[in-house]
Amino acid sequence: MPLQAGAPPSITDDAAGGCEYLTFFLGDEEYAIDILRVQEIRGYDPVTPIAGTPAFIKGVANLRGTIVPIADLRIKFGVGGVEYTPFTVVIILNIGLRVVGIVVDSVSDVVSLPARELHPAAGLSASIGAGFLRGLGTVGERMLIVLDIERMMRSPDMGLVDPDDAG
Amino acid sequence: MSIDMRQFHQVFFDEAAEHLGQIESLLVSIDLRRPDDEDLNAVFRAAHSIKGSAGTFGFSDMADITHVMENLLDAVRKGERALTADMVDACLAADDILRAQLAGHRQECQVDPAPAAAIIERLTRLLPAAPVGQAPAVAASADPLPVRESRGLQADVFDVRFVPEPAVAAQPTLQDNLLDELGRIGGVEIVYRPPPEADDARWWLKITTLMPADTLQGILDFMAAPGTVEISATDGGAPAGEETAYGFFDPLPDLPAAPVSVPAPQAPPREPAGEAKPAAGADTSIRIGVDKVDQMINLVGELVITQAMLLQSSQGLDPVLHERLLASLGQLQRNTRDLQASVMSVRMLPVSMVFSRFPRLVHDLSRKLGKQVELKTLGEHTELDKGLVERLADPLTHLIRNSLDHGIELPEARVAAGKAPSGLITLSASQQGGSIVVEVGDDGAGLDRARILAKARERGLPAPDSLSDEAVWALIFEPGFSTAEIVTEVSGRGVGMDVVRRSIHALGGRIDVKSIAGVGTRFTVRLPLTLAILDGLSVRVGSETYILPLGHVTESLQVSPDMIHSLSGEPRLIRLRGRYLPVVALHREFGVADGGTDWCAGIMVVVEVDGVQMALFVDELLGQHQVVIKSLETHFRRVKGFSGATILGDGRVAMILDLQALVAGARRLQSVAA
Repeated sequence: MPLQAGAPPSITDDAAGGCEYLTFFLGDEEYAIDILRVQEIRGYDPVTPIAGTPAFIKGVANLRGTIVPIADLRIKFGVGGVEYTPFTVVIILNIGLRVVGIVVDSVSDVVSLPARELHPAAGLSASIGAGFLRGLGTVGERMLIVLDIERMMRSPDMGLVDPDDAG
Repeated sequence: MSIDMRQFHQVFFDEAAEHLGQIESLLVSIDLRRPDDEDLNAVFRAAHSIKGSAGTFGFSDMADITHVMENLLDAVRKGERALTADMVDACLAADDILRAQLAGHRQECQVDPAPAAAIIERLTRLLPAAPVGQAPAVAASADPLPVRESRGLQADVFDVRFVPEPAVAAQPTLQDNLLDELGRIGGVEIVYRPPPEADDARWWLKITTLMPADTLQGILDFMAAPGTVEISATDGGAPAGEETAYGFFDPLPDLPAAPVSVPAPQAPPREPAGEAKPAAGADTSIRIGVDKVDQMINLVGELVITQAMLLQSSQGLDPVLHERLLASLGQLQRNTRDLQASVMSVRMLPVSMVFSRFPRLVHDLSRKLGKQVELKTLGEHTELDKGLVERLADPLTHLIRNSLDHGIELPEARVAAGKAPSGLITLSASQQGGSIVVEVGDDGAGLDRARILAKARERGLPAPDSLSDEAVWALIFEPGFSTAEIVTEVSGRGVGMDVVRRSIHALGGRIDVKSIAGVGTRFTVRLPLTLAILDGLSVRVGSETYILPLGHVTESLQVSPDMIHSLSGEPRLIRLRGRYLPVVALHREFGVADGGTDWCAGIMVVVEVDGVQMALFVDELLGQHQVVIKSLETHFRRVKGFSGATILGDGRVAMILDLQALVAGARRLQSVAA
């Protein structure tokens, strides 16, 4: 049932003043992230792989003159078949001052989801990582897995930032 | 302060820094025997400007020092005192302390008041027996606005006319603040106050005050439109600031204060209104954040790529049918190239930005060492990238210290060797092709071959007598190498030259030294034109493209099977002209699955880094071109083995190899092979 007290704490949710989410599919699962973190959505272009990085870091790509890392969430979460088709999509995120791209199967919707309609998702965070899951939301018949994308991208196990300037 | 002055602080900081630089360069170049009046005046004006604005902003510590400095300089200017080396040194020291204070205020932190008090003491001692009123305000809490005293406590009446800044004119509150401000130093009588909507109307105030005219000027400068302030003394008062002597007015006989209408020198156009502000030329430049410039450079880079793609896709078109399109594309190409060149030039600064600090350094050090040294700079207008200019300062400082300390001999020794007693250090910059060459030369004793060899052996470095001169000179860049017999304050800690070489390498440059015993030594630093561009060799490994810094590439070759040698069961080395070179196979190093594995089918690129040679195995050489270096760390993180990345003509990203990191791995291999 909707509850407020149990909702996981969130830094950006209220400060950003809105609870609009961009939803996307990884395989059959629908995920949602804070839309204010999204800079743009583009097709998947081949990237330049980098040796010595985890498999889910596809490499770096040229985004209008800046070089941004691209992470494939499907590999990170172990969901969906990892293939790159003309419909594969990259969501470009703004995390602090950094720009990061994530690969997803498709982008589906923008939904409004008040914080009180988020259900806690205790015990479900094994593959995604504790603290990166804000909760579960429901829109019509669909279940949304709501991610704290900012915290996730900043976390050391994404390997996107140097450990010494992870702040 | 009744208005928030903080918004003007940045302007003050920038201006004060400029003035301090000016003071320093003028003082260093001043001829003690025949000081140039113009120079003295310029130093005086700069000190005065700082005093004025520092007082206005409440930075009383700075105002205190400049006040004493100003008094001292004034005495010299008026011929009351002869300029001495002590004075110059004291003023230079004061300049340093002012800089420290400025830096402190910039960061809004406390500055240690002790050195300031000491320098005020020192300057005061040099003053002619100070008139009562000119005694410096040493107490930290001193009023920043020096009260004009020597005429007794007779208040002056100033006739002040000015046009307010448009921003001030539009806001009555700001005007009231100004009046409050003026009210604090004396009585203000408003003769004419234009209505608020009148844009460029002239205000007319009568101000009765004990303060000198420049204090008024200081207050008004920040509220009035530049160059519009006119201050003139009216009845009774001496002409503005005569006593504290600007030298702009002839002294008037001290008239009885009868209300005779002394024809007040009607607003002699107070030229020095420009004093507190840089000359009109300042309007022709703007200060921009480097990030904005870099963004422009990025976007132009993208434009060039887009343009190249357009050109490529137009290649298949029939030139007859598409004549106009092709002509426009040609035009686009020219324009983008020009645009790129001019945007890149925004980041370029003249090398004089670094050179300008060295006259001071040479001046101070040569006095400390008891040597006579003249510094000659050439090619200060050579431009190079801002990032380079800033990072060039430290290595050059080291080189110049080194020349002064080890190169130039003491005057007696020079005379004995048949040279002029005064040594010469030449600092020159020039552009040679795609690089900038900076040279530091001296006409000193030259490097001592025997001593370097002895020192090298002492440190356990291989140093046979048969070494060529060049190899011997190169030894001084080894870590912990210093031949100075006495470790001096100036140099000789043995951390010098290897640090210099490392920092030059970090800038993508290299350093060479030439020396002839008894004639002198010359260090040559070669730098890329800009940090943002690298001369690169692009190579293919499998389906990947990598960029090698061309400066490190010595040759490339195809090997035959008999050149390949194994180590612990695996091919690891190639034998090239009698030397064994470790091989780094890039496909293996970077995990490129589709890279070729047959050493005889691909190409070996021989590179030399920090004196270590190694061969990189690649599939193919693609070409040699200038690439724009992009940081990986902006949005990602450091990646081992790569120093950065670049964007290729087709928009793809290619990684730039960090040869220093690769060589660290290869070095171990070589030590086994050697």
